[in-house]
Amino acid sequence: MSLVDDKPPALLDRHPLLKATLGTPGNAAITLALAILAGLLLPRAWDWFIWNAVWWGSAEDCTAASGACWAFIGEKLQFIVTGLYPPEQSYRAYAACGLLFGLLLVSTSPRLWGRGLLALWIAGIGGAIWLLGGGGPLVPVATDKWGGLPVTLFLSISAFLLAFPLAVGLALARRSRLGGLRLYAVTFIELVRGVPFIAILYAATLLFPLMLPEGAAIDKFARATVALSLFVAAYLAEIIRAGLQAIPNGQYEAAQSLGLTWWQATRLVVLPQALKTVIPAIINLAIGIFQDTTLVAVIGMFDLLNAARVAANDQVWLGFYTEAYVFVALLYFLFCFSSARYSLWLERHLNPVRRH
Amino acid sequence: MADIVDRSFEMREAAPGPQGPGVLSFAVTWLGRWPLAQIALYVGTFAMIAYLWTNLEANMARLGLTPGFAFLNHAANFGIGEGLISFEAGDSYARAILVGLLNTVSVSLVGCVLATALGVAFGILRLSGNPLISRLSQVYVEGLRNTPLLLQLFVWSTLLHLLPNPRQALSPAPGVLLSNRGLFLPSISANGWGLPILASAALLLALQGTWLTRRRQSVGPAPLAVVAAATIVSTLVPFAVALLAGIDFQPDVPALHGFNIIGGISLTPEYTALLLGLAVNASASIAETVRAGILSVQTGQWEAARALGLRPGQILRLVILPQAFRVIIPVMTSSYLSLTKNSSLAVAIGYPELVSILNTSANVTGQALEVIVIMMATYLTLSLAVSLAMNAYNRRNMRKGGFGR
Repeated sequence: MSLVDDKPPALLDRHPLLKATLGTPGNAAITLALAILAGLLLPRAWDWFIWNAVWWGSAEDCTAASGACWAFIGEKLQFIVTGLYPPEQSYRAYAACGLLFGLLLVSTSPRLWGRGLLALWIAGIGGAIWLLGGGGPLVPVATDKWGGLPVTLFLSISAFLLAFPLAVGLALARRSRLGGLRLYAVTFIELVRGVPFIAILYAATLLFPLMLPEGAAIDKFARATVALSLFVAAYLAEIIRAGLQAIPNGQYEAAQSLGLTWWQATRLVVLPQALKTVIPAIINLAIGIFQDTTLVAVIGMFDLLNAARVAANDQVWLGFYTEAYVFVALLYFLFCFSSARYSLWLERHLNPVRRH
Repeated sequence: MADIVDRSFEMREAAPGPQGPGVLSFAVTWLGRWPLAQIALYVGTFAMIAYLWTNLEANMARLGLTPGFAFLNHAANFGIGEGLISFEAGDSYARAILVGLLNTVSVSLVGCVLATALGVAFGILRLSGNPLISRLSQVYVEGLRNTPLLLQLFVWSTLLHLLPNPRQALSPAPGVLLSNRGLFLPSISANGWGLPILASAALLLALQGTWLTRRRQSVGPAPLAVVAAATIVSTLVPFAVALLAGIDFQPDVPALHGFNIIGGISLTPEYTALLLGLAVNASASIAETVRAGILSVQTGQWEAARALGLRPGQILRLVILPQAFRVIIPVMTSSYLSLTKNSSLAVAIGYPELVSILNTSANVTGQALEVIVIMMATYLTLSLAVSLAMNAYNRRNMRKGGFGR
C-alpha cells in the first residue's frame, strides 16, 4: 500500500473557484439557487434594458414598447445635464462641467499638489462662475436658471473650498488650551453635526432672509452654498482633529526646540503631516457631500437628480422616471465609485509601509 | 482600530487643560495670554446675533407676526395623511408637530432594527467562502454606498407606486399583501384590555427568556420542569385573565373587500418607501462595519474554536461575533444617528414626519424662526438620546465580558 496517493486530484481540487462554489452540499445548494434566480431575472433584465428598449424614437414608440425608453434620455439629455439653463447657452454649462472635471482629474496626481494647484482651483471656480453666470462677452444668466450637473459639481466643490479654512480653524480651536475658544468650536461642531442637513438648508432659505435688513437680499444659490459649507466644515473639522491627534507630541516639542512659535510649528510641521494622514478620510467625506447636494432639491434648486426627476414630468414624455433614475444613478455611481477606489489607492500610495 | 486607540492615549497626555492645581491656574489656562481675543470673539458673535435679531423683529413686525411660540396653540388648517395619534384639520400646531415627531421616531426605530438585521446579515455574507455570495454582497454594499440616498428613496417610492392595484395585490407570504396602496401585515385584534394583556404576555416571555439564559450561564441548564412551569406561568396566566374578563382575540388578516384591502396592520406606500429606503441604505454601512469588526478578531480565535470542535455557525455566534461587537457598537451608533437624521428626507417623498410638518407650519404661519428652533432642538435631543442609549449599551457590554483584556 503506497503512502502517497497516486490518483490525480479530483476536478474540484484542481479548480479553487469550483471548489469554493460547489465544494460542500450547502455551497452547492446556494450556487444552484443563485443560478436559478439569475436564470429567472437576467433574461427579464436583458429584455428591459437592451432587447425591448427603445433607443431612438418618439414617446409613442416608447409607450408601445415593453422595454426601457432610452430615447427619453437622448431627448432630455440636455435638460438632465443642464437643467433650466438657457438651451442656446448650454455650451457654457458643458464647458463649466469640463473645467471642473478637468481640475478634479489634474488633482488626482499627488505629485502636482501644492500652492500652484490651489491657485488653479481658485481660478477654476472663478472661471466656472464666469462661464455659468456670464459677464463680458457672455450673456448674464441668473443663478435660479443654473441647473443640472454644473450645479452639483459647483456646489460640492465650492462648499469644500470655503469649508476648508474654517474646518482647520475649528479643529485647532477644539484642541486649544484656551477654554473659550474650545467651547466655541465644540458648540458649533456638535450643533451642526446633531441636526440634519435639511434643517440647515431650511434655516438658510426660510430664516436667513428674514434676518437681513429690509430691502437687502442674498442670492438663494449663495445661501445654499454657504449652508453646505458650514455643514461640511463641522464634519471636516472632526476629520482634521483626528489627524492632529495622530501626530505625536514629540513633533511639537522638536519644533519648539528649534525655536519655532506655536503658529509656525502648527503651520510648517504639524498641519502638513496631520492633513496628509486624513486625505483618504476627506475624500470619503467629499463623496458623501457630493451625494448630499441632492438635498437642495427640497428648497427648489435644480441639481442633477432633481433635473432628471423633473424631466420625467414633461407632458410629452410623462412618467419615464425609472429611465431617468437609472441614468443618474449610473452617473453618480461611476463618479463616487471611482473616487472611492482612488481614495483606497491614495491610502496605499501615501503610506507604503503599514506602521504598527 | 488599534492605532487609533494608542494614539488617543498619547493625545490624552497632551490634552488641553489647566497646567497645575488651583482655580487661578485653571482660569489662566482658560483665558490664555490674550484673553481679549477670546472675549472679542464672543462679543462679536453676540453682536452679530443681536443685529440679526433686531432685523428679524423688524421684519416680522412688518409682516404682522409676533415672535414666540404662541402659534403652537392655534388651529392648524391642514390635514395629515397618517400618524400614530389622530389628527384633524383644526387641531393645534403643537399636536401636528407631535404627530410628526412620533412619525419620525417610529420610522427611525423600526428602520434601525431592520437596518441592523440586514447589515449584520450582509456583513457576514460578505465574508462567505462562496465567492458568488461574497461578490453579490459586495455589489449590494457598493451600489448603495455610491448613489445618493434621495435617489434611492425616489426609486423605492416609484417602485411602490408601480405595484399592482389592491385587486391584483402581490402576496409574498401568507397574510402579507403588497399593492400600490401599501404594505398590509397580519395582526391580532382584541376588544377592551386585550392588547395590553397580549403585550404583558410577550413581556413576561421575554423576561423569562433572559432569566433562563442567565441561569444557564451561572448554574447550568435549568431542569425541564422549571422551564415548563415558567412558560406556563408567563403564557397561560395572561390568557386566563383575558378569558375571565371575556376578551375575544381574533386574528386580523388583511383581505380584499371591494376595491380596497381591509384589516391587519397597514403601512402606507410613503411609509414603506421611506422605511425600506432608510433601512437598506443604512444596512450598507452597517455591513461594512460588521465586516471590519469580524476581521478585527484575531484568526487565532477561529482556530482555537475549530480545535474545540465547534461548527462554523457556532464559532461565529459564540466566539467571533461577541468579540466583534465590541468594535462594532461604537461605529454602529453613528449609523443609527445618521439614519435618524436622514429620516428628514421624507419631506421629498411626501411622508408627514417632523421636518415635513414643520415646513408646512412655517409656510402657513410664517413663524420661520420658531419652527427652525423646534426642528434643531428636536433633532439635537434625538441625537443625544441615541448617543446616550448606545453608550450605555456599550458600557454594559464592555463590563459584562472583559474578554481578552
